[in-house]
Amino acid sequence: MQLTQKHVEYWNRNLKMTGLLLAIWFVVTFVVAWFARELNEIEFIGPLGFYIGAQGALIVYVLIIWYYARYMNRLDQEYGVEEGEND
Amino acid sequence: MPSRFQAEFTAQLKRYYTVYTGGFLSFVVLVGVLEMLGIPNRALGYLFLFATILLYAGIGFMAKTAEVSEYYVAGRRVPAVFNGMATGADWMSAASFIGLAGTLYTAGYDGLAFVMGWTGGYCLVALFLAPYLRKFGQFTIPDFLGARYGGNVPRTIGVLAVVLCSFTYVIAQISGVGLITSRFTGLEFGIGVFVGLAGILVCSFLGGMKAVTWTQVAQYIILIIAYMIPVVWLSVKHTGSPVPQITAYTSALPKVTALEKEFNDSSTPKGAAEESVRVIYRERAEAAAAKLKALEAGGAAFLAEEKAKLEARMMELKAAEVPDPRAIDAAERAVISFPIDPAAARAVWNRDSGIGAKAAPVKAHAEAFAATGKTPEEVEANRTKAKKNFLALVFCLMVGTAALPHILMRFYTTPSVKEARRSVFWSLLFIFLLYFTAPALAILVKFEVYHNLVGTAFTELPAWVWNWAAVDKTLMAISDINKDGIVQLAEITIGGDLIVLATPEIAGLPYVISGLVAAGGLAAALSTADGLLLTIANALSHDVYYKMIDPNAPTTRRLVVSKALLLVVALTAAYVTSLKPGNILFLVGAAFSLAAAAFFPSLLLGIFWKRANKLGAVLGMLMGLGITIYYMVQTYEFFGINAPLWWDIKPISAGIFGIPLGFLGVIVGSLISRAPSREIQELVDHVRYPNLEGDTSPVAT
Repeated sequence: MQLTQKHVEYWNRNLKMTGLLLAIWFVVTFVVAWFARELNEIEFIGPLGFYIGAQGALIVYVLIIWYYARYMNRLDQEYGVEEGEND
Repeated sequence: MPSRFQAEFTAQLKRYYTVYTGGFLSFVVLVGVLEMLGIPNRALGYLFLFATILLYAGIGFMAKTAEVSEYYVAGRRVPAVFNGMATGADWMSAASFIGLAGTLYTAGYDGLAFVMGWTGGYCLVALFLAPYLRKFGQFTIPDFLGARYGGNVPRTIGVLAVVLCSFTYVIAQISGVGLITSRFTGLEFGIGVFVGLAGILVCSFLGGMKAVTWTQVAQYIILIIAYMIPVVWLSVKHTGSPVPQITAYTSALPKVTALEKEFNDSSTPKGAAEESVRVIYRERAEAAAAKLKALEAGGAAFLAEEKAKLEARMMELKAAEVPDPRAIDAAERAVISFPIDPAAARAVWNRDSGIGAKAAPVKAHAEAFAATGKTPEEVEANRTKAKKNFLALVFCLMVGTAALPHILMRFYTTPSVKEARRSVFWSLLFIFLLYFTAPALAILVKFEVYHNLVGTAFTELPAWVWNWAAVDKTLMAISDINKDGIVQLAEITIGGDLIVLATPEIAGLPYVISGLVAAGGLAAALSTADGLLLTIANALSHDVYYKMIDPNAPTTRRLVVSKALLLVVALTAAYVTSLKPGNILFLVGAAFSLAAAAFFPSLLLGIFWKRANKLGAVLGMLMGLGITIYYMVQTYEFFGINAPLWWDIKPISAGIFGIPLGFLGVIVGSLISRAPSREIQELVDHVRYPNLEGDTSPVAT
């Protein structure tokens, strides 16, 4: 079947959000770990580099997934591609 | 399914599991009462293990089914929250439950690679795979490869990769089951393996995915309760607050850091005491090294000479005017235990010269990429190596998480795409509960050891130290090296697995909580093994038998074949486990690298790149998998080749080469051959949109 303009737009917005969240994921994981020694100089609930690795990054991961589910479930409705009969 | 029924079903599940949780807690209280009545610990251990296995069997029996979609995907009506708990249990294995806190205790910051890797991977699952696989809506991961890329070749490679990585992983789990049953009941390891296996089979055999799902929810509840109670208690004991995840950093960690500095500063009393032990280690190491050198030069003659010296010393002591019986005894023992030949001597002295490692200063817990070396340049070089390996391991574990078939399969079981997205959130939230507690537990136990155990007189050691030293020397060993009667940190050797297992005793809790922790560890290992075995058996029965050998097979025969294969796979796995093949942590790491390299590129590009085609998928999977296996075989010591490392990357992170090569393979292979057919491109659109009007894709059933 032929995709409508609306469908293409939906997919592009999905890709944009995916890219944005992936960038956050990348920074909080790899960039922070790369500078872990430098960040450990800062005190925030213990040395900052250690704290982010042990807890901060994990909280961000949970939030990323929570936000993506909410965003996409709303986007489905906005573009009329949501599933019908389920709750 | 109409949403009214689904809502009723969810409400009913909530009622069931609330009652279940209450029932389980009352059972724990009941066992506690039995303990106070004087029932011996061994009996309480049996009670816990058999009661929980019986419980899982009961749930498995109640969920028995003869329907294909219930057997393979639990009828696709598992609500997001419950699928989250089941995924949590499926995910968290014995390595997470018992090993993680121990790794963090010994490795400090560098152990966080596992914490970040095993949680951050869910971001990739949520963003790239779960909703699309749910929309695709078949039964297995090779199903997707088969439909998307067409033909039996991608499906076959998929099946091989499923079997390879799941089997590697399941062996690690069954070893965990064997260890826990044998430690808490005194059964032999081999018997423990088969008892655990019986527990696994009764769940999955009758009801497939449906039974496994509902048992895994039950197992999640047990394992999270078992993990939390001792940690919270320990936190209350040390800091007066029941939130270990905060107090560990604000209260315990600064004290641990201060103590580390004191231990390393020989101008303080504690530092001087530590130094006196380290001096002895260094002397022993040097003496052993000197003897090794003399042995290489003098051979057997040197050995005889040394033995003669010891014998002369013994005679001398015996001939003394006032014989000292203790000194004579020690001298006699030295003669008896003297190595009999050069080979034995080399082994003993090699071990002793390694003792010098214990003389190293205490590593700071929060320090990232700690490194040692003779010159500042060498330290810096080693530090860069540690950093590279840390990042590579995090990457492999994350991508591996998003490629392990037994986890991805779970997202076929939700009622809708919307629920699949939510379900990834619940999964990670439930996993997060344990993972953000483990680093706190490691710090609290470290505080206990550094602050309370170090400095205690040997005559007043706490009971848990003696108990564990008696059970297993690799977990806890302690001896007064410098004979000052006081414990120094350098005199203690702690094995990582001790941390979780001994926490109840360290916190001064009754034995019933130790039994609870064992039951929690067992739940973690059993639930993961369940999911893995089912994944292997399903890939063989569904993808190989039904899709390739006999597509007209009637439902009943498909299920009979599935169940028969499940038995065969389980018994094979138990047999391989009883041979004890290699280190558990390496097996787990290898499974992640293998899965990541084999599946991630072709799954991801299959959804996000319409141009990806059959040749690309075949090439990508073969290249990714091939290079990963090649690197492991070349560099992991188990295989005995020990080729030089590439860019200093350790074999556990072999996927760091396999994943990019997998992507390259898919891209190059696709571009040099024709674009996929229109039907396939429509299938891609079909999985991208939760609901597409006028969708004619053939799999949209």
